[in-house]
Amino acid sequence: MAQKNPKDLILDIKDLVIHYETDDGTVEAVNGIDIQLEYGKTLGLVGETGSGKTTTALSVLRLVPDPPGVIKNGSIFLDGKDIMNLPQKELEAVRGHLASMIFQDPMTSLNPVFTVGDQISEVIALHENCSKKEADEKAGDMLEVVGIPRERFAEYPHQFSGGMKQRVVIAMALACNPKLLLADEPTTALDVTIQAQVLETMKGLREKFGSAMIMITHDLGIIAEVCDEVSVVYAGQIVEHGTLVDVFNHTRHPYTEGLFGSLPNIEIKRNRLSPIPGLMPDPTDLPKGCCFAPRCKYATPDCEKARPAKKWLSDTHYVRCSRYDEPNFKIEREDQ
Amino acid sequence: MANKILEVKNLKKYFQTPKGMLHAVDDVTFTIEEGKTLGVVGESGCGKSTTGRAILRLHEPTSGEVIFNGENILTKNADEMRLLRRQMQLIFQDPYASLDPRNTVSEIIGEPLKLQKIIPDKAKRLEKVYELMETVGLAERLVNTYPHELDGGRRQRIGIARALAMEPKFIVCDEPVSALDVSIQAQILNLMQDLQEQMGLTYMFITHDLSVVHHFADDIAVMYLGQLIEKAPSGMLFDKPTHPYTQALLSAIPVPSLNKKRERILLKGEITSPINPKPGCRFAARCPYATDRCRSEEPKLKEIEPNHFVACHLCD
Repeated sequence: MAQKNPKDLILDIKDLVIHYETDDGTVEAVNGIDIQLEYGKTLGLVGETGSGKTTTALSVLRLVPDPPGVIKNGSIFLDGKDIMNLPQKELEAVRGHLASMIFQDPMTSLNPVFTVGDQISEVIALHENCSKKEADEKAGDMLEVVGIPRERFAEYPHQFSGGMKQRVVIAMALACNPKLLLADEPTTALDVTIQAQVLETMKGLREKFGSAMIMITHDLGIIAEVCDEVSVVYAGQIVEHGTLVDVFNHTRHPYTEGLFGSLPNIEIKRNRLSPIPGLMPDPTDLPKGCCFAPRCKYATPDCEKARPAKKWLSDTHYVRCSRYDEPNFKIEREDQ
Repeated sequence: MANKILEVKNLKKYFQTPKGMLHAVDDVTFTIEEGKTLGVVGESGCGKSTTGRAILRLHEPTSGEVIFNGENILTKNADEMRLLRRQMQLIFQDPYASLDPRNTVSEIIGEPLKLQKIIPDKAKRLEKVYELMETVGLAERLVNTYPHELDGGRRQRIGIARALAMEPKFIVCDEPVSALDVSIQAQILNLMQDLQEQMGLTYMFITHDLSVVHHFADDIAVMYLGQLIEKAPSGMLFDKPTHPYTQALLSAIPVPSLNKKRERILLKGEITSPINPKPGCRFAARCPYATDRCRSEEPKLKEIEPNHFVACHLCD
C-alpha cells in the first residue's frame, strides 16, 4: 500500500467516524473514512444521497452541527493543523482562509440583505488585515475573475441568475486564496450550459491559485472532467478509491459497477439500464457486515459477517470488498 | 407509417406579467406517433413544462391547436375534457410535492378511479389499487402508508401508478427522475420502459438531462426560450446536431468515461428574458455564428433532411 508523505498532504483524515444522535436513533453517517489529499490535487467524492459525503466535508471545517452530530473517532489534519483540537479562535482563522466551502444551493448560501460585493469583501476584511477600501477593491477584482463585471458590486443576490449567484459564491470562497476548496455539489442546481461555464471557471481558477479541491458530486461525468482521484462513498465508507483511470477504467467494487450501470451514457447506446436493486440501507440500522451486501449480486453469506477491510490492488487503488480475498474473483464490468 | 396520436400546431402560451407579455411557449409545432417517446429538452425557463401542461390544458393555451387522436381538444368543454383526461395523464417532477401528505397510498392511487366514477365500489377499487401497485413494483404491505414514510423512488412509483389508473394512452412525464438518485433513477426509467412496451403507452418526456433523453426517447425536440429550435430522431440529433444551441448543449454534457475527450463549446451569457422578446433569432445573443440577419429576422423551422427539423438561418 502506498503511504503518502505527510508533508505533501493538505488534508489527512484518518478513520473518521461521525454519528448523528437523534431521538429516533443513532444515524451512522460516516463510518471510518480516510482521505489523503496532496497539495494542488482534486479529489472527487461520489455517492448517493445520505452516503455521508457532505458530513465528511463539513467535518474538515468542524461545521458538523453539534448536537446532534458527534465525532466519535478519527483525526483531521489540515495543512498540518490538528482540526479536532483547535481552539475556536483559530478555527475561525482556518474557515474561509485556509479552506473554504462552496455549497450546493447558491440561492440559499448568499445573504439576501447584503450586496454581493459586501459579502465578498467581508471575507477579505476578516482574514486579511486590510482596510474596508482595500477589501472592496479586491472584492471587485474577484468578481471580474469569475466573469462578473465590477459594476455589479452593489447589486443584491436576487438581481442575479442562478449561475451568476454560484459565481459569486465561488468568488467568495476563493477570495482569500485558500489552500483547500470544498465544493459540495456546486453545479447541481444549474443548467448544463451554465454548469459547463462554472466548471470551466473553477478549473481555470484552481490552476491559477493552485488550490487543492474536494469535489462532492453524484455525477460521475463531472468527476471524469475535473478530478485527479476519486473516492466512491457508500453508507459512510469509501468502498473504492483510486486515480481516475483506476476507478473508471479498472473498476473493481460491485457498487461502483452498479453506479456505472445505472447511468445513461451518451457515448454508449444501451437498450436497458442495469440499476442496482433495492435501496440504501437505513443509516440508523446498518448491516453488521458489508453495507452493500444486501444489494450486491456477488454477495456470499460470508459478506454479511464482517465489514470488509481495505484491500490495496496497486499503489493508488483500493477496494473494500471481501470477495477479492478469493484469487479469481472478477466483476462483470470489463476494463475499459 | 404509425398513427399520429398527438399533433400540436402553432401552440402559444403567453402569460401577462407586470413587466410585459411573457412568451412561455411561442409557436410550437410537433407530432408524436403512437407508442413512441418524444423527449423535450431545454434549460430551465425554456417553456418545456409549460408546453406539456398546455397540451393537457392545465394551462389554457393562448392559441394554436392540440389534436389528440384526430380531435382538437382545445374546443372541448369541461365535461368532454374530463373524459379525455382519462387518456392523457401527467407524472410530476417532484415526488415529494405531488402527493397529498394526508392521504395513504391506496387513497392516492384510487382517487382518480373514484373521481372519474370508473370504480365507485370501494372494495373493487382496492383490488384495482393492489393490481396497480404490483404493476409499478410497490409491495402490498405499503398500501396504508403515507407518502412521508416512503423514499423518493417509491413515491415516484405511486405517481406512476396514479397516472396508470386511468389506463391512459398518452402520458406527459415532467422530469420524472430528476429528483432521484442515480441507482433509483435507473430503476424508474426501466419501469417506465417496461410499461410502455406492455401497454403501448406514448410518452412526452420532459427533461433537462440529455443523457436520460438519449437513452429513453425515439425523437428529441430541443427548446430554447419558448421555441422549438431542432427536432430529430434521437440518434440523428446526437450524431448531427445542427442548431448551434443544440451543439453547445450536447457538448456541455459531462460524460462518465475517460476514453474520449470531446471538444467543448462554451456559450457566453445566459438565457435571456422571455418577456417581450426582441425580433430575430432568440439565440442570436449567445450564438457564436450570429449575423445581422439573425438579429432581425426570425428563423422558421425547416426540414433539412427527412425527419430532421431545424430553425436556423445557417441551414439556408
